[in-house]
Amino acid sequence: MGSILVVTEILGGNISDTSRELLSKARELSQALSGEVVAVGFGSQAAQALAHIDADRAIAVTGQAVEQYLPLVYERSLLQALEQESPQLTMVANTTMGLDLGAGVAAGRGVPLVAYCNALTVDGDEIVAQSQVFAGKLLAEVVLPREEAVVTILPGSFPASMVEGHPTITAMEAASVPGMALIQILAPEKSDVDITRADILVSVGRGIQDPENLTLADELAEAIGGVVSCSRPVVDAGWLPKARQVGKSGQTVKPKLYLALGISGAPEHLQGMKDADLIIAANTDESASIMDVAHYGTTVDILDLMPALTERLRGE
Amino acid sequence: MRILVLSKSVPDLVEELALDEDNGELLHDDMTYVPSEWDDHALEEALLLKEEVGAEVTVLAVDTGDVDNMLFTALAKGADHAVKLTGDFDLATSNRKRAQAIANYLRDNTFDLVLSGVQAIDDIDGQIPAIVAGLLEWPHASVVTEVSIQGEQIHFRQEYGGGLQAEFSAQAPLVLGIQAARKPPRYASIAKVRQMMKSSTVDEIDASADTVPELEIRRFFKPVAAGHAEMIEGDPEEVADRIITILKERKLVRG
Amino acid sequence: MQKAKPIELELAVVNGIELPGHWNRMFEPRVISEYDLSVLDQVTSIEGAESLGYCYQCGKCTAVCPVDTVGDYSPRKVFRRTQLGASLIDSPDLWLCTTCRNCLRVCPKEVNMIEIMPAVREQAVLEGKAPEELLTAFENTARYGNPLGEPPRKRADWVKAAEVPVPVMSQHKAPVDVLWFVECYPSYHPRGKDASVALARLFNALGIEFGILGTEEKCSGDSQRMAGEKGLFDMLAEHNIKMLSKYQFNQIVVTDPHAFNAFLHEYPKYGGEWPVQHYTQFLAPLIDQMNLTRPIPKKVTFHDPCYLGRHNGEYEAPRNLLKAIPELDLVEMGHCRETAYCCGGGGGGMWLDSFVRDYTSQRLSEKRVREAVEYGADILAVTCPYEVSRFEDAVKSTGNTGKLEVKDIAELLAYSAQLI
Repeated sequence: MGSILVVTEILGGNISDTSRELLSKARELSQALSGEVVAVGFGSQAAQALAHIDADRAIAVTGQAVEQYLPLVYERSLLQALEQESPQLTMVANTTMGLDLGAGVAAGRGVPLVAYCNALTVDGDEIVAQSQVFAGKLLAEVVLPREEAVVTILPGSFPASMVEGHPTITAMEAASVPGMALIQILAPEKSDVDITRADILVSVGRGIQDPENLTLADELAEAIGGVVSCSRPVVDAGWLPKARQVGKSGQTVKPKLYLALGISGAPEHLQGMKDADLIIAANTDESASIMDVAHYGTTVDILDLMPALTERLRGE
Repeated sequence: MRILVLSKSVPDLVEELALDEDNGELLHDDMTYVPSEWDDHALEEALLLKEEVGAEVTVLAVDTGDVDNMLFTALAKGADHAVKLTGDFDLATSNRKRAQAIANYLRDNTFDLVLSGVQAIDDIDGQIPAIVAGLLEWPHASVVTEVSIQGEQIHFRQEYGGGLQAEFSAQAPLVLGIQAARKPPRYASIAKVRQMMKSSTVDEIDASADTVPELEIRRFFKPVAAGHAEMIEGDPEEVADRIITILKERKLVRG
Repeated sequence: MQKAKPIELELAVVNGIELPGHWNRMFEPRVISEYDLSVLDQVTSIEGAESLGYCYQCGKCTAVCPVDTVGDYSPRKVFRRTQLGASLIDSPDLWLCTTCRNCLRVCPKEVNMIEIMPAVREQAVLEGKAPEELLTAFENTARYGNPLGEPPRKRADWVKAAEVPVPVMSQHKAPVDVLWFVECYPSYHPRGKDASVALARLFNALGIEFGILGTEEKCSGDSQRMAGEKGLFDMLAEHNIKMLSKYQFNQIVVTDPHAFNAFLHEYPKYGGEWPVQHYTQFLAPLIDQMNLTRPIPKKVTFHDPCYLGRHNGEYEAPRNLLKAIPELDLVEMGHCRETAYCCGGGGGGMWLDSFVRDYTSQRLSEKRVREAVEYGADILAVTCPYEVSRFEDAVKSTGNTGKLEVKDIAELLAYSAQLI
């Protein structure tokens, strides 16, 4: 049977938690399919980072060009590895790197891709993937071809692998492709507020409607002793700085109280806040995904609710 | 600098998604479609580049039957040309097939930069810009927030988790999946859109329909929520009272 | 620098009176010689905005402008600032006018803000200079047929709560007497829906043969037109006229005075000409059949909607209906009828709340609510769908919760007729 190839991300010499999640699922699938798990990592630290993971083999792609993430070089190098391995399934995390590589190599290999995958099961000798589409409102069940396919996996879909293994590590020279260069890495914007450290987050989404209404959130945050955070559309609209964004491309938070105000709960957002101790959501749509992770919900207008809460908190 | 902006329409989540729950099929004709919001950001970034360096902007959509209004709106916002790829396409056409048609168009027409939304809500079989780039073997990047033209080089910023970003430079041709434009997408007045409908044309180009790897989708279904929030009923005042009580019980506020 | 020449006719005839020599100067633009008038000329060259140039700064408008009582805006000020070279298109002034028409009522020169504002705003929208919240309302209207951004398919969902038959024309397949044009807020806003339910029950109790367009109806678009989106209005008018033309009916009855204005004055220009009445006009002659038995022993004051009163001259029908309710004590506020204050929702004000807040000391709706309280009213009766929510919010924000209730006349009638 075919092998399962896992693309790992290495940060500070260690493979990421998400990569470990992919590895645990890969091991489960490989046992059912009696195939191998092959991990791929990039950079001079790859060999060391992959040395004890639960994989049968590991490919460390090395060379000056892969010391820092560079979409073009990583993609071409991964294609080299796929050319060599022809795995039945290639697993990539649905991170920025995964968004680059997943669709890119699927097209390059001429094989199908399943995006936003959050479950994989074996049915006979076929792999069935579940994809989360339409902002989490629907799931799709997709049968993968026996030959080859690529899946991009939503972080948090599987438990992280803590199993220690001894993969055989082989080195592969990175592809040499000119055309794209890294100029600089930009650290997260310095902000006076660190939303990851706040106990209480007053988090606003598209339902805030207008930047002027942020005053209501500021007032509520002040009255409750919390900090204002937000979902992606609010940052995209330029209403709040990036440092305030909760979710996949923002911060992952775990406050004692998360007030989700006018946030519908795209999967990317839920990823960043679903572990908060107490989630109270206000959204005019009772069927919004945020209500699935919230402990309490209400459909009243947040523009009415925020001042009502502020008034009570100030009155105490 | 010639920029191509890829746009598509997706089911409008303001309305209920139309799903035949017995056989798990999407009822495409029963849904209303709106332009994908990330594509609006891609167009905005292209128009900003046009204003800055005088780029020529072409907006393209695959003719899935409902794209004219979207294309004329793009023209009203300031795009120079609109192209519609016609052929064997409809609302159910996969992203892979759309991407193949777009890649074929790009082989015959010269562009320096292709911008599109980094993703769309119906990207079950992948994101169009990255597939297009993969098919053409062009360099590409996703989750891009800022693009600038600096001499012969295209500079762009890519975003990672935790607010980390990197700046890259690349040579044309290049495909970028835009996460957010530097400014919110502009508004096109309806008068201008209607004027465009009268005074301008959408170039219709016959696109060959290749065989592409398609997914075998067994069914679509609604997720069974692991849990659902306990709903607090009442007017805002009553809801606020209840929330304060909950917060007090949990000692999250004084009192 | 362009210098204006003094205009002094040998002989002018005004209202049949001959005014020789310098007397007639006051009826012509005042002599201005030391200003650069190019900015004013830019504005008055916009089709529809010509009359701004007629202003001779008597200031009568300032005295009656509702916005000036809470801020620093009046037509005279707009003229003066423009005359001094400040660009109206870039000024917040452009978005503060609610098109309430009180200035035009008193203006001796007929400087017509009702035409100036939409014309100049249209230019601003084209140049991308309109406030974002307004553009959101435009985009929602264009996409969903309502400024709230609610699903078009749910436009007729409110009828379930009516619990009486509300025929939708596309399914009714028979002519009706009354085509009820419900409009957006009465279809979607929780308090608007309350009035729609009340009206549906009144129609049923009266045995009116009526029908609604349901999901075929879109916003009449009149306020979007006043806010500078003429193209959107064109599109909506064409759509609604096309839908209405499919059906047979004797007359249109509207819930919304803004829709009333559109059907009366604008839709005929697009070929949509039907007899139209505001629902208060339609119901007033039917008072005797309404079985108004349950008393409302309260002090009630009535807020004249700008687009029913000043714009279209109807002051009596709503009052006659209120007076027909047993034990209801109708008290008039100081600002009533022709001089009525404005709720702040017209002319796009409904979608500029945050913007306007930055330039005013209080909302117009808050000032009006304070006036109603001052006159000792228990209930503020309204008959425009913008007003229930605006005034209810204002009751809360002015700390008058419990003191003053806001009710649509349809709700009061249905209550008195024991229908709700």
